[in-house]
Amino acid sequence: MHCMRVESSALPSSQLSFGRASGETLVLALAGDWRLRPGFASGAAVERELERPPLSRRVAFNAQELGEWDSSLLAFITEVVELCHARDVAVDFSELPSGLKRMVELAEAVPEEKSAHSASIRAPLAARVGAATIAYVQSTGEFVSFLGAVTIALGRFVTGRARYRRVDLMVTIQDCGANAFGIVTLISFLVGTILAFMGAVQLEQFGAAIYVADLVGIGMARDMGAMMTAIIMAGRTGAAFAAQLGTMKVTQEIDALTTMGISPMEFLVAPRVLALILMMPLLCFYSDLMGVLGGAAVGSGVLGLSFTTYFRETFHAVTLGDVLGGVFKSSVYGVIIAIAGCLRGFQCGNNSSAVGDAATSAVVTGIVFIVVACGAFALVFNILGI
Amino acid sequence: MDESAAATGTTSPTERPACIAVRGLTMAYGSFVVMRDLNFTVGRGDIFIIMGGSGCGKSTLLRHMIGLIEPAAGEVCYGAFNFTKAGPQARERMLRRFGVLYQAGALWGSMTLAENVGLPLEEFTDLSPNEIRQIAALKLALVGLKGFEDFYPSQISGGMQKRAGLARAMALDPEILFCDEPSSGLDPISSRLLDNLILDLRDNLGATVVVVSHELASILAIGDNSVFLDGESRTMIASGDPKELLAHSTDPRVHRFLTRGADGRRTA
Repeated sequence: MHCMRVESSALPSSQLSFGRASGETLVLALAGDWRLRPGFASGAAVERELERPPLSRRVAFNAQELGEWDSSLLAFITEVVELCHARDVAVDFSELPSGLKRMVELAEAVPEEKSAHSASIRAPLAARVGAATIAYVQSTGEFVSFLGAVTIALGRFVTGRARYRRVDLMVTIQDCGANAFGIVTLISFLVGTILAFMGAVQLEQFGAAIYVADLVGIGMARDMGAMMTAIIMAGRTGAAFAAQLGTMKVTQEIDALTTMGISPMEFLVAPRVLALILMMPLLCFYSDLMGVLGGAAVGSGVLGLSFTTYFRETFHAVTLGDVLGGVFKSSVYGVIIAIAGCLRGFQCGNNSSAVGDAATSAVVTGIVFIVVACGAFALVFNILGI
Repeated sequence: MDESAAATGTTSPTERPACIAVRGLTMAYGSFVVMRDLNFTVGRGDIFIIMGGSGCGKSTLLRHMIGLIEPAAGEVCYGAFNFTKAGPQARERMLRRFGVLYQAGALWGSMTLAENVGLPLEEFTDLSPNEIRQIAALKLALVGLKGFEDFYPSQISGGMQKRAGLARAMALDPEILFCDEPSSGLDPISSRLLDNLILDLRDNLGATVVVVSHELASILAIGDNSVFLDGESRTMIASGDPKELLAHSTDPRVHRFLTRGADGRRTA
């Protein structure tokens, strides 16, 4: 910068100082080492200097004292360039070291990626409500057509025309059945004890503690057995279905089935739905028994009833209709869990976080529809007098 | 293909009878148009390359051609069969004549390699389990995976998964083989071997091969014909033999792509 005459200098930091040169030029003198540390020089000081009269028409650099530098200097210079562009001030890089000059040019020259999807712009409220409504209608449509496809696949399955691997069905049955025994035992036993405690507190006041057996027996058989099994299975198996199918979608395994002419509905969904339809009633009946056992434990341990008295009272109170009603409900819950899991798996996006979302969504959808179905059953059973 | 045709980017008149015809195809996700007005034909027995920059919609085009995505407009025909307008059953029959190699292999994780290759045979032929196993072993041997029949996909490397994917795609001796970036993520030697395998398949089994690729060496080594997709103008800007395009194309975008931007190492 031999032609410049430095008139004044301010020192906002040891790395940066300002000077004025002839021709309304602001000279930024860079000195010392520029390292990427908290509080590295920002463009604010330059901005103040640019706005201070006399207004500069041109910005130049003096890098004679510059030591080592890294991206902090690059970030500073690009910021300066943006500030200058906004004010129609020319920037002269000629005095910068050639490596730095090249990096600045590179940072400035990156063309806007026009082929990439444009950034989403926040739409007005009405448009967002409209979009949400359309999305809701579409998802309902998807659900209904999925349900239809599952029904057709199950039909083909039952008539022996479906393409699937028997070993897959067996593995799924084992997973939904035998492997779920432990958790169903624990939860059902505890639910039985909770029901018994709740009843005992009230019934003991009237000296009717023996009716705890009726309460637990009927409660488990009619609703709680099926309900608790369904919630366990929604969290356990429904989420697993969604994650399995979601991952298969991400890795294009489902596409590979489709393009091979094998229906993923028959190959993947039908065995899963069938496994839950078959296993849920068994698990539900088992859960009923565990619940009664839990009640009996409280009955004998807390209320001082003998096991014989407790079980006799239970058999007296619970009818076959109660048990069959509960078992039937559990089968329906099984269909709901399997369909929610598989549907969310199929709707999964194409990345790994979408698989997690699909699993979460499968559990939420499953439990919501189970509770809705439970309410509907209560109403229908009441009307039918079951 | 003559120079002027290559320069203006017209569809090349192939000498072989057309096997696949894409007419007026527009691909869109909702209101976002990925590519519009794609018109090209693939000759029987050709190795046809779909090329273009990353993210411009090459794989999306392939997915349209095999019916995984429905086009926003236009159609895909195989011979006289209009694939886009066909019903699901007719499509399914047509799909059995295809083999598809997916980008990451897409092997079914719960099955061994032999079961993966054997599944299509199991579903669509009357072969006995022993015969199926024999054929599966043969197909795996063809891609250099002899002895890996009982391995699960998770037990082998990415390159091997891709080759196993090719073995599965070849299981039913398809008439048309679609490959989605077969050499991406492979070392140069494996990539070359895969190219040779594709050439062998075409030469010996008479398959038509459609390859999505942006690997220049591979494109120039195996391609008979190609279409060049441009992400910026969202349509095809050239078609023809890649070697001809390299020699004669005057379109700067095509030329830059085929020469790895050799008109200046540091072009922005």
